[in-house]
Amino acid sequence: MQQFQNAKSGEIVLSLADRIIENRAYLSEIDGKIGDGDHGVNMAKGFGMAAERIKGTDMSLAEALDTLGTVLMTEIGGSMGPLYGVMFTQFAETIEKSDAIDATAFSTMLHNGLDGIQAIGSAKVGDKTLLDTLVPAITAFDTAIGSGKSFGEALQALVAAAEAGRDSTRDLVAKIGRASRLGERSLGVLDAGATSCALILTSLAEGVEPRLQSA
Amino acid sequence: MQRFINNPDEVVEDTVKGFVKAHADIVRLSAQNPRVIAARHTPVNGKVGVITGGGSGHEPAFIGYTGRNMLDAVAVGELFSSPTAKSFLDAAREANGGKGVVCLYGNYAGDNMNVKMAIKLAAKEGIEITTVVANDDVCSAGPEEREKRRGVAGEIFMWKCGAAKAAEGASLEEVRATAQKAIDNCRSIGVGLGPCTLPSVGHPNFTIEPGTMEVGIGHHGEPGVRVEPLRSARDVAEEMAKIVLDDHQLAAGSEVAVIVSGLGATPLNELYILHDTIESEIAGRGLTIYRVYIGNYFTSLEMVGATLTVMALDDELKRLLDVDVQCPAML
Repeated sequence: MQQFQNAKSGEIVLSLADRIIENRAYLSEIDGKIGDGDHGVNMAKGFGMAAERIKGTDMSLAEALDTLGTVLMTEIGGSMGPLYGVMFTQFAETIEKSDAIDATAFSTMLHNGLDGIQAIGSAKVGDKTLLDTLVPAITAFDTAIGSGKSFGEALQALVAAAEAGRDSTRDLVAKIGRASRLGERSLGVLDAGATSCALILTSLAEGVEPRLQSA
Repeated sequence: MQRFINNPDEVVEDTVKGFVKAHADIVRLSAQNPRVIAARHTPVNGKVGVITGGGSGHEPAFIGYTGRNMLDAVAVGELFSSPTAKSFLDAAREANGGKGVVCLYGNYAGDNMNVKMAIKLAAKEGIEITTVVANDDVCSAGPEEREKRRGVAGEIFMWKCGAAKAAEGASLEEVRATAQKAIDNCRSIGVGLGPCTLPSVGHPNFTIEPGTMEVGIGHHGEPGVRVEPLRSARDVAEEMAKIVLDDHQLAAGSEVAVIVSGLGATPLNELYILHDTIESEIAGRGLTIYRVYIGNYFTSLEMVGATLTVMALDDELKRLLDVDVQCPAML
């Protein structure tokens, strides 16, 4: 069975922050097509602030996720502040007492993050939001583990499903948030939240994979 | 962009700094949170606190309505972006005089989520927050889905009446119910003639072609119900009044209060031109105007355009509208 160490894995969150910051302009550009165009700016601001606090600290993954979630929730606002803020703090709470994280713990962490989002937002799959990325990605991870795949293989399934979920938003009409006011005009454009969520999940998987060891 | 800004990413910080200096006799910055403005006299022991919050760029809303007999505290968001849950919580802390806090805000996804989280956090420290969500923008959803409509300039009447009720010493539930009645009695419509630009983005994120107008536009440029060739002010005002009053269905003889607000880049004279016709249309339906507010009461950066808000009055709302206030937006 594969697992990775919680301690000193805070660097995973640093590369996640780098990924968001690199995509600042891209995320704002797609947001600008059906939203107000500040998704990349706000995400980069929050993830950048969190990265500054994590750098050089030797944090565990749980500590780094908690730092990121708290910054998003207390300093960013908008819609993404509370949504990602609650997701990352829930991730952190789930794993804070675990020294080693196996596929079961990782799955529980993802589910608790999703539950947190669903407790404050009212979106469903198909509404053209980040849930269109997150929900199928979690399902793909669980399905892979359930069919006997390794943690590493399940992470690959998670990434593939996240990307497919993100792409599915191109053909959806927004049902919630500012883009929902556009009706049919939101067709043909990726949802910015679904896109940033795919970046987050991919980066998380890429950070975990090389750290996996047999227990 | 021809603008008076320092750093495009620090527009809100710089706005708040100047605002607090300009109105130091009425407001103060929260010592705990640079994104919370409170009335100087707040909190008042034994009085229900009244707060709001929202994205910046709508000045004088939201901060300008902080003051005596008005809002006790306001959470300040980035331009067009909801304040954080922490800022809503800190606003509630500043406003809490021990009888609970009413948060009166607009119906936007981010605000809904951040307020919801703030309520949870406040409950942990024993502060009860109740809410009223504004939904006066007629064109943002049909009458059968009124709960989906967004809040626009009708929020000003909701704050005014709710805050005046709180100032009279009413209970949390009484303040909430009065604010709810005020917004239930409001209908608003916006017409846009030109877009606005977020400084950090640098270009307009929607367009209104010269010679056209967008009927039903929202306070962030949310699309309206139709784009039409721009007509005379008389025709536009007739249509705005028709959309609002048809939705309102007020009995002849009713009294109303009216706000005609510019969206940021429309001169005051044009608002008076619109009001000339709006007044005739309202009177033509047998309604009496009790009070009119004309000016830049709720703007959208430099959007060209105007909104009309009509609130139906009863004796209580008339009395509450008449209560004197001291706040920067209504001096």
